[in-house]
Amino acid sequence: MTTSKARPMLDELKKGPYPSFVKEIEKSAAKNEQAETLLDLLEDSYEEKRVHWKHGGIVGVRSYGGGVIGRYTDNPEKYPAVTEFHTMRVNQPSGWFYRSEDLRTLCDIWEKHGSGLTNMHGATGDIVFLGTTTDHLQDCFNDLSNAGYDLGGSGSDLRTPVCCVGPGRCEYACFDTLDFCYNVTQNYQSELHRPMWPYKSKIKISGCPNDCVSSKARADFSVIGTWRDGIIVDQKEVAAYADGGMDIQSLVCDYCPTNCIKYDGDKKEIKIDNGNCTRCMHCISAMPKALHVGKEKGATIMVGGKATIVQSAFLSWVIVPFMPMNKENDYEEFKDFIEKAWDWWDENAKVRERIGELIYRKGMAEFLKAVELDPIPQMVNHPRENPYYFWYPEDFEAEQAKKMEVAE
Amino acid sequence: MISQYAPTDIGPPHYWDRMPKMSQDNYGQWQYHEKVKPGVLKHVGPAGALYTVRAASPRLLSIETLRWFADLAEKYCDGNLRFTSRHNVEFLTSHEENVEPLIAELEAEGWPVGGTGKSLKNLIHTQGWVHCHSAATDASGTVKAVMDELFDYFKRDDLPAKLKISMACCLNMCGAVHCSDIAFVGVHRKIPRVMDDAVANACEIPNIIAACPTGAIRPNPKAKSVTINEEKCMYCGNCFSVCPSMPIADPEHDGVAVFVGGKVSDSRTGPAFSKLVIPFIPNEPPRWDSLVAAIKNLVEIWVNNARKGERYGEWVERIGWEKFFELANLPFTDKHIDDFTFSLKTFRTSAQFKFTDK
Repeated sequence: MTTSKARPMLDELKKGPYPSFVKEIEKSAAKNEQAETLLDLLEDSYEEKRVHWKHGGIVGVRSYGGGVIGRYTDNPEKYPAVTEFHTMRVNQPSGWFYRSEDLRTLCDIWEKHGSGLTNMHGATGDIVFLGTTTDHLQDCFNDLSNAGYDLGGSGSDLRTPVCCVGPGRCEYACFDTLDFCYNVTQNYQSELHRPMWPYKSKIKISGCPNDCVSSKARADFSVIGTWRDGIIVDQKEVAAYADGGMDIQSLVCDYCPTNCIKYDGDKKEIKIDNGNCTRCMHCISAMPKALHVGKEKGATIMVGGKATIVQSAFLSWVIVPFMPMNKENDYEEFKDFIEKAWDWWDENAKVRERIGELIYRKGMAEFLKAVELDPIPQMVNHPRENPYYFWYPEDFEAEQAKKMEVAE
Repeated sequence: MISQYAPTDIGPPHYWDRMPKMSQDNYGQWQYHEKVKPGVLKHVGPAGALYTVRAASPRLLSIETLRWFADLAEKYCDGNLRFTSRHNVEFLTSHEENVEPLIAELEAEGWPVGGTGKSLKNLIHTQGWVHCHSAATDASGTVKAVMDELFDYFKRDDLPAKLKISMACCLNMCGAVHCSDIAFVGVHRKIPRVMDDAVANACEIPNIIAACPTGAIRPNPKAKSVTINEEKCMYCGNCFSVCPSMPIADPEHDGVAVFVGGKVSDSRTGPAFSKLVIPFIPNEPPRWDSLVAAIKNLVEIWVNNARKGERYGEWVERIGWEKFFELANLPFTDKHIDDFTFSLKTFRTSAQFKFTDK
């Protein structure tokens, strides 16, 4: 194989200070014909300003419906080596932690079975093996499985859950995101591998409201670490920040959304009205040595986030303000909740309707009934502004029962 | 006999043995962190300090590079490394003396260290022309061109706040770029071509109809296919995703749109969607000069005008969008006024606004 062919468009993108993806493809092209052909196809895409890929055609490994995405060039005569060029999604370890030998194992498997090109990582969080042929899929899976790896999700299934670095390297972690992610992923293996739902469903797990995995913006179920008691203040460290020249009033206090943090410049002390704190994380992120998340920790469960397609992008909204995240009971409360939500969605959704869109179409009241939760003000920014609401027979029955009670 | 099929449903490998010893020893007990310099973090717990050296990657990585990362991890970090949600590679070591030699070796090979604190973060992006069927532009190429131009902002951490720029190559927005400080998105501008015979053979008509956000698609029973109402279609390409026989790519008319002002974290103001500022920039491979210039302008007006601590959207909300368009020297058009499902809340319902010169 040769990489000496002139590719003036791609050559332009080998220049400049930012790492070049063209050089990456060339490194694999030196050993792999598919990667070499990819360069030719890509050069043509750059010339013609258009894609040369087709989707569709079910491919996969035995017993799974997801984890492999079929990909074919639209011009197999011109680019025969990438007639089939499928993606395999490999479930990443929690927090994307690797030992060097893990990377070598993955590289050896992918050298044997595919193009040698990867994404570290895909948008959902999987290790992405980019480009192989149908006849390699099962063998590649076998080698992965024997090395302790499994495929992630694709299609209308549970997509690979993902979490932030959490207690592995962050003092903000309000629960064990790494363990929770591992536990939930192991618990829902069948949902992950066998698409049987109206559309995809995503779980993303952040250890604090900074939300480093963008859970609120893209997960149907956003698990966001939080605390119920107060921010812990180390006044000695507050003074140290002041002595170091930090303008605590303007950089910390003035940005507080609820105006609940006060700085006494004479004493160099901070006072927080924790009952009015909404735990936005600004002050803690600004002064990580002086301010710490509270002690009574757990998670806020939010529902409905998704990207644009179909009804518009949604941000997840609060459903459970505080859920303890107990390893001891195997996160039973969360599993109980999500299973009720999935059942209701699976029963009621149209094809390609995410759970957020279904709740929007059917109304929050119906969803809350399905998951057996009472409405509370934390779920909304403000109450309804119109007088168009429903009454149900059970409302009148309750009224009647109350009257009887009073009469007695 | 060895089975032809390896075990299924074993799930991901466990994380514990893949963490550095310092992470195991400080697990859940971290006390604080320091931003040592751009690209270097120091996390401290009772057992000691863990240093992180963060280098940008273009996400598309060959196994040759991954093996070299493994070499570096063995040489400097007792074999430990991780990746981030923005495609950085992070080398993790408790040996402070290894930090500078590691940075030197990374940078000598062209792997820039930076992207921590108040810096431009590594760009996140999608597959583009490298591997996607629905891409309206390339992902890796546009990102490379933009990052080459904005490179200094990745290497310094004295910006008003962190700056997250994200790229998606079509409206599917894999990676959810819709809540970024600056997002650029591949867009189509012509309706899909309905290949009746192929639709009849290969596609589920109800699925196509359900995929359309605007109800623009009707059944065409005669052809066992569908028709598209040109006036209602806004070229999202979702029908093409469910039916490959409705191609939408159009080299003449495809390009990129730019949105600004989104964020995900709850810090101060809560999460927000990015808003449209440039409806269309043509595809100009290989370097997308107009796109790069537009994004550079958007970054510079924020760097030069925002207060310390203000994310992009927080700054724009403070000065007002009318002021922003004046400052950015961008035309405001019919495309900028929302006419989709949730448009009403975006209309100004008070007489409080600022006058601008244009």
